[in-house]
Amino acid sequence: MATTVWTQRLLEQVRKTRVWRSIFRRGPARTNRTRSLAVFGNLSLHVLPVKVREKSLRVRATYYLGSISFFLFVVLTVTGILLMLYYHPAVPDAYRDMKDLVYVVANGTFLRNLHRLAAQAMVVAVFWHMFHVFYRGGYKPPHEFNWVVGVGLLLVTLFLSYTGYLLPWDQLAFWAITVGTNIIGYVPLLGRPIRFLLLGGHIIGQNALLRFYVLHCVILPLAAVVLIAEHFWRIQKDGGLTVRDDNEREE
Amino acid sequence: MSEKNSYEVGFSSDAMKEPRRIVFITRNTSAKVKGDVGPQLMSYPHVILREGIVFQILTIVLVALALFWDAPLEQLANPLLTPNPAKAPWYFLGLQELLHYFPPIVAGVLIPTLVVVALMVIPYFGVNIQGEPLWRHSRRTRLQIFLGAFVALFVFLAVYQAWTVLVPTVLVAALALVPYFQPSGPSRFVRYLMSRTLPWWVMTWFIAVALTLTTVGTFFRGPGWSWVWPWR
Repeated sequence: MATTVWTQRLLEQVRKTRVWRSIFRRGPARTNRTRSLAVFGNLSLHVLPVKVREKSLRVRATYYLGSISFFLFVVLTVTGILLMLYYHPAVPDAYRDMKDLVYVVANGTFLRNLHRLAAQAMVVAVFWHMFHVFYRGGYKPPHEFNWVVGVGLLLVTLFLSYTGYLLPWDQLAFWAITVGTNIIGYVPLLGRPIRFLLLGGHIIGQNALLRFYVLHCVILPLAAVVLIAEHFWRIQKDGGLTVRDDNEREE
Repeated sequence: MSEKNSYEVGFSSDAMKEPRRIVFITRNTSAKVKGDVGPQLMSYPHVILREGIVFQILTIVLVALALFWDAPLEQLANPLLTPNPAKAPWYFLGLQELLHYFPPIVAGVLIPTLVVVALMVIPYFGVNIQGEPLWRHSRRTRLQIFLGAFVALFVFLAVYQAWTVLVPTVLVAALALVPYFQPSGPSRFVRYLMSRTLPWWVMTWFIAVALTLTTVGTFFRGPGWSWVWPWR
């Protein structure tokens, strides 16, 4: 107890300092006003609503599937950046780097496991999130456009996972991408040009690896961040999550 | 965690100072107000705290799994050595399974494009905003349309011998017909099925087919995309 009082006093002292006040511009979040300021006065939180309905916080309302998808994206970004430190997008260095991760880099296997696992989990979570939103009727007005943004995020998630699949440059990666990119070739008229653009040639080789690497590490994550921000911001702009009215008959 | 505002709210008796709200109800509208959605909570701290807990649990589960499960790593890529079967990532194996039955332009291009377009237009078709169960009104007409669509789909799938699409289709259609023939369904399960809407059935059918195709593609397909039992 004594420590709690001591730390509280220290915190209060820190809050009074000029530096703290220059950063936060609000008092402790004890009133609804300062709690609102804590959300819309914060760059990353301000896309969220200041108030939410109690019902939308029930676990059954969301199962936190959207949050889980987002947190998996965060985990993937962190582990992905760490993996980039050990990776060369070149043939056959890429595969050698995988072996290094397993045998040389401290906790390299763990890092790769975490990235791979989170990637698979994210695909599952995003699909599950979409189906759950559908069954809850979350696509209905005024949430129409956010549903479309969500479908876009599903596609970005799939492409992120798919482009990452090639990077280890092992047999599994090479042939999985071969199967996938062969399908693109069947698109009428545009199929072959698109495939050429994606692979940087007619076969999966050095150019394809580099292009998939850039897509996986730069272009698609940027697209995901923009879409995620829009997706979150839209929840607030569309008046919060869909909550079922108790007056309506359920089931 | 109750939150009280520091100010009091009450009714003013001075109508000049505090204007009252008056409702005008025009023709063809109702005075129905939006249902009470219950109390509200401040995002900070209630949402932030919960999200923090979710993030912690998720991280713990991921780390625990990553310690015991190893990401696959095969031999160095060799364009001259084709594995049999060569499989796409698991989330595309449903499509690869379709490729086994239908020409590539259908399975690889047409169907995925249609799925994405269908998903995107869902909210704009105003599908069943009222949430009316499938078999509530004009039952006979709907049954005829339903059976017509089902038979057409059945014949199409049977011609292409797409069994792994056909089986879940038949199962979902059978489930959808259960509440039709049992209007005063006794069990809870049948009552649940009775209250389902058409979009619910379509989405459930889609998920059933997608899950079946992905499972079959992942576990039950061997060399030359032949049927194998995963436990043998």
